[in-house]
This record gives sequence, structure tokens and C-alpha cells, in this order.
Amino acid sequence: MYQYNDFDATFLAERNRQFRAQVARRIDGSLTEDEFKPLRLMNGLYLQLHAYMLRVAVPYGSLDPAKMRQLAWLAERWDKGYGHFTTRTNIQYNWPKLHDIPDMLDALSEVGMHAIQTSGNTIRNVTSDHFAGAAADEIEDPRPVAEMIRQWSTDHPEFQFLPRKFKIAVIASEADRAVMKSHDIGIRIVERDGLRGYEIWVGGGMGRTPMVAKQLADFVPRAELLPYLEAILAVYNRLGRRDNKYKARVKITVHETGLDEIRDLVEAEFPHRRAAFSGVDQDWRDRIDAAFVTPSLTSRNTAPYQDARAANPVFAAWVDTNVTPHKHADHGIVTISLKAHGATPGDASADQMRVVADLAETYGHGDIRVSHAQNLVLPHVALADIPAVHAALRETGLATGNIGLASDIIACPGMDYCALATARSIPVAQGIANRLEELKIEHDVGQLQIKISGCINACGHHHVGHIGILGLDRAGVENYQITLGGDASESTAIGARTGPGFAYDEIVPAVERLILAYMDLREGSDETFLQAYTRLGMAPFKSALYDEKAHAHAAE
Amino acid sequence: MPREFTPKVITANALLEGDVVYLTADDRWSRSLTEAEMLTDEADAQYRLLQAQARSREIVGAYLADVRPGPDGPEPAHFREDFRRKGPSNRFHGKQADGLEKA
Repeated sequence: MYQYNDFDATFLAERNRQFRAQVARRIDGSLTEDEFKPLRLMNGLYLQLHAYMLRVAVPYGSLDPAKMRQLAWLAERWDKGYGHFTTRTNIQYNWPKLHDIPDMLDALSEVGMHAIQTSGNTIRNVTSDHFAGAAADEIEDPRPVAEMIRQWSTDHPEFQFLPRKFKIAVIASEADRAVMKSHDIGIRIVERDGLRGYEIWVGGGMGRTPMVAKQLADFVPRAELLPYLEAILAVYNRLGRRDNKYKARVKITVHETGLDEIRDLVEAEFPHRRAAFSGVDQDWRDRIDAAFVTPSLTSRNTAPYQDARAANPVFAAWVDTNVTPHKHADHGIVTISLKAHGATPGDASADQMRVVADLAETYGHGDIRVSHAQNLVLPHVALADIPAVHAALRETGLATGNIGLASDIIACPGMDYCALATARSIPVAQGIANRLEELKIEHDVGQLQIKISGCINACGHHHVGHIGILGLDRAGVENYQITLGGDASESTAIGARTGPGFAYDEIVPAVERLILAYMDLREGSDETFLQAYTRLGMAPFKSALYDEKAHAHAAE
Repeated sequence: MPREFTPKVITANALLEGDVVYLTADDRWSRSLTEAEMLTDEADAQYRLLQAQARSREIVGAYLADVRPGPDGPEPAHFREDFRRKGPSNRFHGKQADGLEKA
């Protein structure tokens, strides 16, 4: 885990001191809201439907026990005893008071955390593979690159007022667990002729105009990454559509300008940027690399794990969904579901956060991750210790065995919290999960990703859900559109709309019809929902959605 | 014929707590929609909104929200305002928990 040095700590203390004074000036009337709003947004403070919301950055989703315990403390001391983990691997507090925010930020700085650049038209929190450092298929840990980008982009004077927000993801394997191609820039660490370098993808995004990123460069050498990124940002900063918020993301710039033209402009800009880099970034890189060493894992007897699997069917079922093979065969990657049936996706109580911190300390080499799917991960657990981890998780309601299944739903906060939302998301997720639990079918259904957004901005990633749900306001009533065939993996695809939307009380039954139709249509239980959809196309699913609905109405 | 004016209330969020508040006829900020002043004249509504927006040391983001007259005072005309006066539907937090909801 990267630890702040004196420079980082001093920078953060000064920034917090400034914001404390800005909050005081807002409260005493010296600053108007128009003056204060950009200042609070620079520090991650939003005003939502019912209260302020503080969005705290969790860089590339990495936490340690001290950080997690401090997040729990904030939840208890200044919020309502819980926090909400987001699809950007951040954590949000839904109920802070304005005058408490400076104290919250100071408390975060004690553990090297902050809320800077979690809002505004800046480079946002850099995300990465939540299995980084543990996955068997990675060529290196992608987090040092993410950390280097974090340091370079934090308070970068040239990129504080971009045309629009800017999101970067870094991965290091063929498999994409970070939705890399839905980012403004996606970086994949690759190896060519024995040298490490970077594939650069640009112009991906969700929102009202979803696009899959296009490859801008197939190999940027290791030492040239930051100047290359800077060249892209400089081109975007100049060309981006500041005249129209809905056309201001780089995906539109790439789309309107053309990929080849963008590449020419970036390559023309690159030598100037390269010349300005003294090589100090590579010196940082060595220091950063040293902070991300996979813990030395001793060989452990796996018999207790095998015995528990054989003896305890509940444990065995949980392992099947929630434990992923580790690069060390006698260890496992444990995903902790924040999707108990009927719970709010991504919410964790302060007590639950502390249990996870304790487990990471006792069994997990002090390493915790937040995944973009709104779950937590213990990346390095000896198989022999997993039964004890599972038992402890059960005690605190965190042992739901549903990772990758239909109730492992991504849902944005929606109109229960968000001021931008056009409909609710959370109760739809709760309704679907509860229904699946009643029917007891989700293990039979298998791999199925349902993703729900409460507005066109698509924070709930609905475009890349196998089943995507988009909540809209249609003539003053909540209405939910369904898309099918989206794919968040390395074969990224945008889902296609099925047709007219469904009312709030119709959407859960509609999803149920889709799932039951799939079970009828599939060629054996090995064929996943997405594979069946790819083979059969939209027609039979459309029929299940709309013809059966018509039958049901006729029968009433 | 000009279109009939939908009745409005002035609503905002309290500066310090962020709570949803409504402007009353006697110029208080109430936590309860039922106490809000219902504005039935467009010019009057715009004037009251300007007055409300000037109180930026107390509130943030004042705007006019559509309401319907009800037996206990104004009722929300849109589901967004219905959520704002109650709190989130996934947790018993916000106004519904503070006993300030008069549904």
C-alpha cells in the first residue's frame, strides 16, 4: 500500500486548512453559494436531495485496515452509521452536515485519504482491477501505474478545468475486470519483445451516448506514459466541446474528430510533452513500485479448506461464487458481497467495515479492495483460513454467496438520494434480489449481470449489463427501460433496448419473465444468459417481456 | 387563454444541515411541506422566489415546486417532491424518521 510522504501530507493539510476557512466563510455569509459551490465540489462535497453528500476517493479501490476503520469511524461519528461504496470504487456518506465536513476531511487525512477530485471537470479517481496483485492472469500489478497517474493528475494545474470530467482505468491482463473500455482513457499493461509498455484506449464512456473505447496506441513504452497521457489531455482540453455539456466528454471529441486525426494531433503534441519530462516520473515510479509488493505468501496446507467444503454445503456454495483462484494455488481471492438479498447494493455498516478490517489484518495481509461492482475483496487469503473468514462474515451479514449471479446487482443511488436522478434504482435492485431469493433460482440461472441506473448518466453501468435497466421520468411517473446484451468484460458491448419501458410495479416481474424465458431457451445449464442472447437475438426475450404481459392483461 | 397556473411552493435545502425546507407565509423555513405557503399567482410566486433566493445565508438552491391543495395543506404534484418530503425509500432516514413527514 502506498504511504503518504511528507509532501503528500503537507499538501493535504494545507488543502484542508483552506477548505475549513472556505466553509467558515460560506456559513458567515462572506461567500455566496455561487462562489462556494465550485470550492466544495473540488473537495468532494455535493448537495443532494435530502442532505449533503461527501464522496471520498479510494484510489484504485485499495484500502488497508487503518483506512477502513477510519471510514467506519466517519460513518459513526458524522453520518448514520454506514457508507455507500460506488461504481467508481469510492465511498459516499449520505448525511453529513456542512460544519462537520472540515473535521471529516481532517480525520481522513490522518490515514492518507481525501475527497479531492471526486467531482468537477478534472481527472477523477483512477480505477483498476480489484484483483490486482493477486490475479493469476496479470502480467504485473497495475496499481503502481494507477498511483503514478494519481500523483501526476492530483492538482495538475493544466487539467483542473477540462471540458468535462475525465476517468482513467488501468488493467494488466487480457481479462477486463475494470470495465476499462468504458473509460475516457483505458490503459492495458502489455509486453512486447520482452519490454513492458501500454495499450492506450480512448473515448469510451456510458451516459446518454454510450461508446466503447477505441485503440489509440498499441504500445507506448514504459517511460513515455505520462507525457503520452498529457498529450491526449492537452488535445482534448483544446478540442473538447465546452459549448455543449452533453457533447463535452472525450468520446464525442474522438467521434467527431475521428480517431486518426486525434492520433495525429496527439503525436504532434507528444514530443513537446516528452521534452518537458526530466525523468523524475520514473524516479517516482521506482519508489511507488516498492510500495506495491505482493505479500510473501507462505505455503499452507489446504486440507482444512477441502474438509470444510466437503462438510458444509453452505460454505461450499459460497466458495463457488465468492472465491477466485489466486496466483498462489494455496491461496484464494475472497470477494465479500455487499448485496445481501433485499439490502442496498454497496452499503456497508460501520460494524461491517470493522469486521472486514479485522479479517484483512488477521488473515489477509492487511489488503482490502473495493470493486466497481460495489463489493469488497480480500485479495490474499490462505485457503486454510477461508472457513474462518466465512464464519466471521456470517456473523455480520456479509456471507451472501452471490458474486456474479443475478442478485449481485450494480445500482446507482437513484432518486432515493441523487439530485440528478429521474427515478429510483435501489428499490428495483432490492425487489429483483428478493424475488430471486423467493424463487431460489439464481444458482441455477448462473452468471447474469443486472445493472440499474436511475438516470441517463448511467452511473449504474446499465449499458453494459447483460440486463440493463434505466429509470426515467415519463410524464411524471417512474418508467424503466430494459436493454439486453450489454457486456462489461474485455468483449465490451452496449446493450440494445427491448422496446417500451415498464412502470415501477411492473419492472421486477418483467425481469423475472426474462430470466424464466432464458431458463427455457438455454441449451443446457452451461449456456449463460449472455450466450443465449447472443445465439437467439432479441426476439424470444422481447416476446417474453411484451407478449406475456399482453396475455396477463387479457386474462385479468 | 393563458394556461392555468399550477400552484407552487418554494423549497430549498438548509445551508447547514442540507435538509429539505419550505418557505412559509410568515417567512420561516419549515421542514414540513404542510406548513408551506401555497402560491397560486405566477407573479406573486416569482416575487416570493426572488425574496427566498436572497436568503442565501440560510438556504441553498431555492426553486418553485408544483403542488396540489390537500386537506392538510400542499401535497407534492410530482414523485420527486414526494421523496424529498419523506426521505429515501431504502432506509428509514430523513424526514420520515424525524417525525416531520405529514403524509
